[in-house]
Amino acid sequence: MKINLRVWRQKNSSDKGGMKSYVVNDVNPDMSFLEMFDVLNEQLIQLGDEPIAFDHDCREGICGMCSMYINGRAHGPLHGTTTCQLYMRHFKDGETIVVEPWRASAFPVIKDLVVDRTAFDKIIAAGGFVSVNTGQAIDANAIAVEKAKAEEAMDAAACIGCGACVAACKNASGMLFTSAKVSQLALLPQGSPERKVRVLKMIEAHDEAGFGSCTNTGACEAECPKEISISHIARLNREFALASLD
Amino acid sequence: MSLNSKIPSGPLAEKWTHYKEHVKLVNPANKRKLEVIVVGTGLAGGAAAATLAELGYKVKAFCFQDSPRRAHSIAAQGGINAAKNYKNDGDSVFRLFYDTIKGGDFRSREGNVHRLAEVSTNIIDQCTAQGVPFAREYGGLLDNRSFGGAQVSRTFYARGQTGQQLLLGAYQALERQIGLGNVTMYNRHEMVELVIIDGKARGIIARDLVTGELTKHFGHAVMLATGGYGNVFYLSTNAMGSNVTAIWKAHKKGAFFGNPCYTQIHPTCIPVTGDYQSKLTLMSESLRNDGRVWVPKSREDAKDIREGRKTAIDIKEEDRDYYLERKYPSFGNLCPRDIASRAAKEACDDGRGIVASGLGVFLDFADAIRRLGVDVVKARYGELFPMYHNITNEDPLKMPMKIYPAVHYTMGGLWVDYELMTTVPGLYAMGEANFSDHGANRLGASALMQGLADGYFVAPYTVGNYLSSEIFTKAIPTDHPAFVEAENAARERMNRFLNVKGKTSVEEFHKRLGKIMWEYCGMARTEAGLTKAKGLLKELREEFWRDVRVPGEFNSFNPDLDKAGRVADFIELGELMVRDALNRNESCGGHFREEYQDAGEAKRDDVNYRYAAAWEFKGVEAEPELHKEQLEFENVELQVRSYK
Ligand SMILES: Cc1cc2nc3c(=O)[nH]c(=O)nc-3n(C[C@H](O)[C@H](O)[C@H](O)COP(=O)(O)OP(=O)(O)OC[C@H]3O[C@@H](n4cnc5c(N)ncnc54)[C@H](O)[C@@H]3O)c2cc1C
Ligand code: FES
Repeated sequence: MKINLRVWRQKNSSDKGGMKSYVVNDVNPDMSFLEMFDVLNEQLIQLGDEPIAFDHDCREGICGMCSMYINGRAHGPLHGTTTCQLYMRHFKDGETIVVEPWRASAFPVIKDLVVDRTAFDKIIAAGGFVSVNTGQAIDANAIAVEKAKAEEAMDAAACIGCGACVAACKNASGMLFTSAKVSQLALLPQGSPERKVRVLKMIEAHDEAGFGSCTNTGACEAECPKEISISHIARLNREFALASLD
Repeated sequence: MSLNSKIPSGPLAEKWTHYKEHVKLVNPANKRKLEVIVVGTGLAGGAAAATLAELGYKVKAFCFQDSPRRAHSIAAQGGINAAKNYKNDGDSVFRLFYDTIKGGDFRSREGNVHRLAEVSTNIIDQCTAQGVPFAREYGGLLDNRSFGGAQVSRTFYARGQTGQQLLLGAYQALERQIGLGNVTMYNRHEMVELVIIDGKARGIIARDLVTGELTKHFGHAVMLATGGYGNVFYLSTNAMGSNVTAIWKAHKKGAFFGNPCYTQIHPTCIPVTGDYQSKLTLMSESLRNDGRVWVPKSREDAKDIREGRKTAIDIKEEDRDYYLERKYPSFGNLCPRDIASRAAKEACDDGRGIVASGLGVFLDFADAIRRLGVDVVKARYGELFPMYHNITNEDPLKMPMKIYPAVHYTMGGLWVDYELMTTVPGLYAMGEANFSDHGANRLGASALMQGLADGYFVAPYTVGNYLSSEIFTKAIPTDHPAFVEAENAARERMNRFLNVKGKTSVEEFHKRLGKIMWEYCGMARTEAGLTKAKGLLKELREEFWRDVRVPGEFNSFNPDLDKAGRVADFIELGELMVRDALNRNESCGGHFREEYQDAGEAKRDDVNYRYAAAWEFKGVEAEPELHKEQLEFENVELQVRSYK
């Protein structure tokens, strides 16, 4: 296959940046999207150009590192898929593909397609945990958890923190990410003692980091590679309302 | 220098308790003055950094990803072992200890392995308390499954994402301490040098991967939890960034390297299809519970499949060779990883491989589907079937999976004593980065257990024993000559990479390294092959420094420059692995030397090789020096590991 690419190039955070065109020939349909970028980067190195910077690590759809905005969609055209799990067979020979970084003021561009997502870590540091020191735990089976609740908590916990929800949202809201953690811990008895402070602190950190507010467009759920449901945002809102009553 | 493993005396089951009761403590006021560097925030490092901070130490933690939540531990699928005996099926600490020693082919330390089995139960308690959503039964209690051929159900899991959930638990504990100001987190930082002052580890040099700047950091102790080095083979199931650099730098500064040649090759991975391929994807071991492994009996049929004239379905039942069931009737498809991997290689070497490259065998679910129905099989393996389908474009419910072994885990790593201290005072190694408790072969679901055991329950206490005598050491300013020297060395090396301006990319060198390692130091090794590899690696190293092309600049975000450093270290490590494999004139666990076998089965030599090899670095061009730690077995009887 032959693929035409338009890729965002930006030297560093202070550079203005812009789109550049590239052609990759001999693309094998069984290549992953990132492997196609590997091939392009090898070509660029041979030409003496600087390769395109992009984040990636596990290439198995679980670490949440990869983050490309492909043809106007976070992680590209396929539903429930990260960029690293997207294969070239889903594109047409001769197609032009536009690739940009996540765009959000809370995620400044570091270089080319690489953005800074440490704002997510700050939200977790504010309250996305259970305060239990090593060695303080009781026997695991002393806490029984209803299976359905445990399953729902796991659905929420499956979030990989990639930031596609933010990139997909017109308000650049980080609410799906935040709610996934709030919801997981609210569903489990272990998370119960800190339920109220947790949601308040995490939302405060979310707003401070510069994420926009949620207007329920549902774009985040549609683009989430792990198909995290916006019902968690509804739970977060209930948790927030309850906590604010006190 | 003689090796002292510092195993406490006394009966096996009391060693750890006795140690804890007598270890020196540091009082809370002094802890605040002591700084600890933790490099790596995967399961081992994340758990250790959080726990040390909870205990009151001042912690600086480092990782090369953009967040500690993304360490390679996140990819673990199957589960984590613990001797809880929740299923009441006769499990116990001793059984887990015994299985681990036997699984490791009697090449690990009794004392360490017993401690691992003991603290395994605390890990499950801790993680559950953190909110890790382990799978549960209808009664609300924790569920277990049997894994990797164990005879008891002791594996805890969170769907197919156990590593992710355990790592997020550790990450959240770590973020809590970061929020409280007890840990300073340096993400997108890569350790490129170790700093030693007066014979003790005192700090590191790290490259800020965003700005390219070299930064200097002091610590009263330095703890490395930087993961495994399977990427020395280029293609592996490891994440792209997994590397040996941190422990290799430590090795070059005096930390002995333990059993570098012990590599685990996982039998069920998606086969290699093209030269563009950047990594291999693991299909969980649990698939062998229901999948049957086979190749055609005849080479002609295999050839027809390879060339597209036939498919698996065209091969009649009587023309199939279910070779694991044939060779190992009592364990069948569930025999351990090293054995299943070698058997696949044997079938393919015999010309009966079923993918275009010749290197692939079938993993067939047709029987299970007939027996249980499609829905049960689909539910049992959750994401695995769709994942396979997405990658290969073939539906495993209709056509058998095609699999082949791939490099997965490295049992070798820095040699450590019972306290997890390396041969450099004040330098510790945890998780996959140490030569660990798995001997010559690791059992499934035991790496997560070991990483968390080291990080939560072992290292934070053993390091206190060392730090208790450091309370009068003031923080050493980083303009100390040892820091400046280490920083200059790192800078010079990187400038050298940039200045070669050769023709061959770092990626290309990495691929070539991987081919040499896989060919001669992979699943089956011979003296002749290893000797040849030694020469090839030396040539590759020289060519690298003559001809590498690294684009970009020093003071910038430059992943190719980072990778150049990693590949240069991998090449040197490769030379040591080959050296170690040549030295070990026996077959044990993941190390199979073709000269040492009994009708295809590994032949161990307990008279001459019942030791852990600890290598001392003597210079890039010089032969390393071998130190032997004799392994004593007082509680188990050495046997031939048979799965027939
Ligand atoms: C696909 C797959 C599935 C697996 N499934 C299982 C399973 O089901 N059960 C099981 O028990 N085991 C499993 N394993 C093995 C297990 O996941 C690993 O052995 C284990 O997670 C390693 O943890 P760690 O903390 O030692 O290292 P890692 O998780 O690899 O963490 C390494 C850390 O070190 C950092 N680092 C590395 N180098 C540097 C440097 N130079 N400077 C700064 N930081 C650095 C990284 O950023 C990272 O934070 C699996 C492995 C793979 C590949
Ligand atoms: S690289 Fe890990 S999710 Fe894509």
